[in-house]
Amino acid sequence: MTHAHNAKVMNRFELTKRLVGQLKHEEAVIGGIGNSNFDLWSAGQRPQNFYMLGSMGLAIPIALGTAIAQPKRHVVALEGDGSLLMQLGCLSTVAARAPKNLTIVVWDNGIYQITGGQPTASASTADLVAIARASGIANSNWAADEDEFERLFAAALKEGGPSLIAARIDDKPGVGATDRDPVQIRERFMRGLGVRK
Amino acid sequence: MTDSQTQAAWHETVLAGLKANDVKLTVYVPDRVLTPLIAALHADPFFTCFACTREEEALGIVAGAWMGGMRGAVLMQTSGFATIPNALASLVVPSQIPALVFVSERGTLGEFNLGQAMVLKTMRPVLDALAVDHHTITRQDELGFILDRSIKQAVAIQAPVVFILSPLLTGGKVFKA
Repeated sequence: MTHAHNAKVMNRFELTKRLVGQLKHEEAVIGGIGNSNFDLWSAGQRPQNFYMLGSMGLAIPIALGTAIAQPKRHVVALEGDGSLLMQLGCLSTVAARAPKNLTIVVWDNGIYQITGGQPTASASTADLVAIARASGIANSNWAADEDEFERLFAAALKEGGPSLIAARIDDKPGVGATDRDPVQIRERFMRGLGVRK
Repeated sequence: MTDSQTQAAWHETVLAGLKANDVKLTVYVPDRVLTPLIAALHADPFFTCFACTREEEALGIVAGAWMGGMRGAVLMQTSGFATIPNALASLVVPSQIPALVFVSERGTLGEFNLGQAMVLKTMRPVLDALAVDHHTITRQDELGFILDRSIKQAVAIQAPVVFILSPLLTGGKVFKA
């Protein structure tokens, strides 16, 4: 088991590219507010990506709803440490529903990067993987390095969830920025999921 | 036989209206007044019904389900409404998602909890400020019509709608003074 303080500090955009590279079955990806969806956007725009522009903390609930609606499609939520700390209860909801087709990825840089780098509790005292396990998501792990991140994500897609993968990341801002058009984002996502023609 | 005995109970009409409009997902943060509706939703295998930890979380779940092709409703009490304006203003409204929101109206007609009463004073002004349609339902004989037409309208115009269930409909929660 890797503990947070042993995990290598990686880069969100680099890991996002590796993650997207593993998606071969039109998996849905919900990118959380700010840098999480900026890097998802910059890693290559897929019709099955939803870029959450507001509603901080709701990437995992949105992903849970999509996973319930489309049980045959794997759904991935990308969420930052500050966002997850805002909505920790959603982990216990996910655990209670136990959707097999849901994977949560947490980018933990220990700061509210986009607002000026103020520290989050995960920088000092809170262990987000321990919180996820205690919430009932037993398959929750820190990724020790890039290769282990890839292995954990491949296993999550293959073996079923719910699972949570946390990665310590650096303080770099997101690469690029998502087009801020909520209706277009939502409509494109629904077409990508086959809900709209 | 009295009128109240010949009519369906309010919660039976709500359940029937949801089912008739293929609203399969119901997510709630509990409320005493809504208890018979929640129990009926849990008991009916047509519905996927579960509690979550916070009202804005429920809105996120229903938004995700809508985008995945499943209609959903959230259920809450009045005080819970105060947790959702950000989710309405930054997700549901700008993304044009027809979330169906049921609020058990607390804070009026015999309320004993000042917190509920204060939140109630903010609820309709917030909804009006966001231009979110809302209906206060006081009569059983109007409930089915309002629900059915409003759910269809929400889907057609891709906008949320809030159903405020008055104590005049549900009986509310009584303070034994």
